Amino acid sequence: MLNLIWLLLLTSGIIVAAANGNIEIVTEAALGAAKGAVEVCFDLIGIMALWLGIMKIAEKGGLVKSLARLMRPLMVKLFPSVPPEHPAMGAIILNLSANMLGLGNAATPFGMKAMQELQELNSQSDEASEAMCTFLALNTSCITLIPATIIGVRLSCESANPTEIVGPCIFATAIAMIIAVSLDYWFRSKSRWGRH
Amino acid sequence: MLLCILTLVSKWAIPLLLLIIPIYGYLKKVPVYESFVEGAEEGFTTAVKIIPFLVGMMVAISVFRASGAMDYLTQFLSPLTYQIGAPSEVLPLAIMRPMSGSGVLGLATELMRVYGPDSFIGRLASVMQGTTDTTFFVLTVYFGAVGIKKYRYSIVTGLTADITGFFAAVYICNLLFR
Repeated sequence: MLNLIWLLLLTSGIIVAAANGNIEIVTEAALGAAKGAVEVCFDLIGIMALWLGIMKIAEKGGLVKSLARLMRPLMVKLFPSVPPEHPAMGAIILNLSANMLGLGNAATPFGMKAMQELQELNSQSDEASEAMCTFLALNTSCITLIPATIIGVRLSCESANPTEIVGPCIFATAIAMIIAVSLDYWFRSKSRWGRH
Repeated sequence: MLLCILTLVSKWAIPLLLLIIPIYGYLKKVPVYESFVEGAEEGFTTAVKIIPFLVGMMVAISVFRASGAMDYLTQFLSPLTYQIGAPSEVLPLAIMRPMSGSGVLGLATELMRVYGPDSFIGRLASVMQGTTDTTFFVLTVYFGAVGIKKYRYSIVTGLTADITGFFAAVYICNLLFR
């Protein structure tokens, strides 16, 4: 699936550029993006270090574990393949909470931490586990309570009511989340059926 | 009122986390600074690990966008979205959203400047921006961090969530703002 999407994006871009007689743009875009990707990663280093450091303190103090215990009834239903006391649970909760509050830069480090914890439970090491797929379904569709960035943009464009979009955002993300979780559940039961 | 609360929360969330967690740790007798450094160490390796994944994904997306192939896709789809009550101006947002966070924010800002944040297009663009996620970026970065190459069905789930979010945003905006 991903192989096909990747190939389609790349080849259709090159074909369109060639057809428009504008093939130079491909070279420029490809080299620029390659450089840009590394810059994104470098920007991430500091933010990652900060939040993973803070998270380590929370972990050692037992804060992550109590958070996980609080959400346990829901989490064991969503992630049946993860032991309820596993550190992955705490990291997942931190990531989703940061997402809901619109704290994008804190969400990413917590999310990667959650993936690393889930990877330790994953026997097929280069293939996504069921728990990872569920986590990403939740993550990409997550309910947004505070769409902070867009409120900021609306403010700067002098909207008469910058926050009027909060309710609609919650509605739309809730629908997306329900669909994503149901679809993930369906895939999970189907794939278990066909595999070992 | 709502704006007050929301700006307060987003202004205070991070300072409060940085305040409460270390104090809590200290009270629990955690060596706070040492633990911080220990955790922070992982930041570097994780960030470096995602470079190949991100380069691959960003190059493909960038070529797709810069070549004009994305504009063709938008033109091709716009009669369809018009049917469901979405002006064609917001369609590039929906198509680009899963691929590029900063690109899409620029687009949404541009739409609000041109049409006004309180126009139908401005409101719909805002809700769409707050609704869907940069699915490709998230998958690339998260799976890349642990070296997963086979994403299985997670792409389908993520993109379906994005499409659902788009339709839900169009629906609720037509209901409330038209």
